[in-house]
Amino acid sequence: MTETTLCLLILTCLFSPASFAELRATGDLGVVIERESGSAIIVNTTRHKTLAKVEGLGDLSHASVVFSRDQRYAYVFGRDGGLSKIDLLQDKVEKRIVQAGNSIGGAISQDGKLIAVSNYTPGGVKIFSADTLEPVADIPARYADGKLSKVVGLTDAPGQRFVFSLWDAGEIWTVDVKNPQKPVIQKYPNIGKEPYDALMAPDGHYYIAGLFGEPGLALLDLWQPEQGVKRILPDYGKHDEKLPVYKMPHLEGWAVAGDYLLAPAIGRHEVLVIDKKSWQLVKAIPVPGQPVFVMARPDARQVWVNFAFPDNNQLLVIDTKDMSLTKLLTPGKGVLHMEFTPRGEQVWVALRDDNQVVVYDTATLEEVSRLPAQKPNGIFFTGRAHRIGL
Amino acid sequence: MTGKLLPLLLVALPAAGGEISAERQQALRDLLKQDCGACHGLTLKGGMGPALLPETLAGKSDDFLADTILNGRPGTAMPPWQPFMNRDEALWLIGILRTKPN
Ligand code: HEC
Repeated sequence: MTETTLCLLILTCLFSPASFAELRATGDLGVVIERESGSAIIVNTTRHKTLAKVEGLGDLSHASVVFSRDQRYAYVFGRDGGLSKIDLLQDKVEKRIVQAGNSIGGAISQDGKLIAVSNYTPGGVKIFSADTLEPVADIPARYADGKLSKVVGLTDAPGQRFVFSLWDAGEIWTVDVKNPQKPVIQKYPNIGKEPYDALMAPDGHYYIAGLFGEPGLALLDLWQPEQGVKRILPDYGKHDEKLPVYKMPHLEGWAVAGDYLLAPAIGRHEVLVIDKKSWQLVKAIPVPGQPVFVMARPDARQVWVNFAFPDNNQLLVIDTKDMSLTKLLTPGKGVLHMEFTPRGEQVWVALRDDNQVVVYDTATLEEVSRLPAQKPNGIFFTGRAHRIGL
Repeated sequence: MTGKLLPLLLVALPAAGGEISAERQQALRDLLKQDCGACHGLTLKGGMGPALLPETLAGKSDDFLADTILNGRPGTAMPPWQPFMNRDEALWLIGILRTKPN
């Protein structure tokens, strides 16, 4: 370092007001949603530390989060239609709106400028400016005789698009928002009964919706959308009695290992292994409950699975090398969600009924740390900011 | 700590002729908030399942609603809760629903 730069540095330190506060980078931060208190804690994922608590986020009994691409802001979508923009640098709600009566999730556009929210009531998707949360577009999910459908499985897609599914209508819609004032909607009807959630492949190639009302999954190839939606595993479990489902599975991210996609079966205590080339079932792995989240570690060597009530005290680790069961963990009560660190050496697990978040080393499967959190039900790390479909 | 009882424990609890212990009441309230709440919303204003508020349940009989809770509604997403509670407990829950639990 030359003398002049040193001088400059000292001067900057002396005179810049920012230097008095602790500088905070956001790339290894995360947000843990606290279901009942309508709050979120901001955590540092490297130091396993709670940095701050942000309150006043409304009803978070079902909540999800996306991040701005500068990883400074977290957008929290609450059950009560609330959309809150949290500033991770200043530990506060920068802006909050209530945009619907009942909502389920959201997404951020490819360019980071738009936030889309999927609503149950009124059924549809609303789009807002990521910057100001001012409304930009309103897309009612109108079907059949003018009824509005609940919307699920909303994700971003390459080409400045959003994709979502209509629970009541059994449709998938894509919307191109290159000109947000004039969204271009493409509808795919008759995709199957009651799509309950959907996922986007990390390369944005495929969108897959899980069906509750009939067997199989609905697949849209976004490289060839003109081919329409096709059904995969249309006959799987068709003739068997379905087991009761005490919680709808979530399709989040894409548990893909090599040529295989792993997905929760519904009404069956199985994880399905599907060949991504032929879209045929390779194997159904028996598991001890209705799977809810089936999530791949970022390197995809492991897949972690949690379960619906009454088996929600368990967490299963599958080795994708041979699809064998590595270990069944019992971290505590109410295992609701998990989130991997960006490169997967650790996983954070929300234990709702124990008021804790537990962190595991994914190589040894040993516990590394526990942090207190009030009824945590969702964990979201800023690494999501740079991933398609999350 | 008022954590939810393990399901096995729930099943094992005796029916006790309409008497529901304070502990069991708390377990049922937790179940309502957490597990019913997953579909009906934490504040029971609805989600994937319909709202379970006094006004939405008005005009539906206790018996009908208890049947729904215990047997579920085949062909819909409402699952049967028979393995986890008895009829008295379902009726008690309905009483809670009818008087705004929050
Ligand atoms: C997996 C989702 C799910 C869960 C969990 C769930 N329900 Fe439901 N419930 C539904 C759906 C969907 C309906 C509507 C069924 C229909 O279309 O008739 C419903 C209907 C009902 C009704 C009838 C309402 C009416 O107006 O007729 C009652 C009462 C009810 N549920 C109570 C409960 C209770 C109590 C619990 C917890 C012990 C519970 N539900 C858990 C999905 C769920």
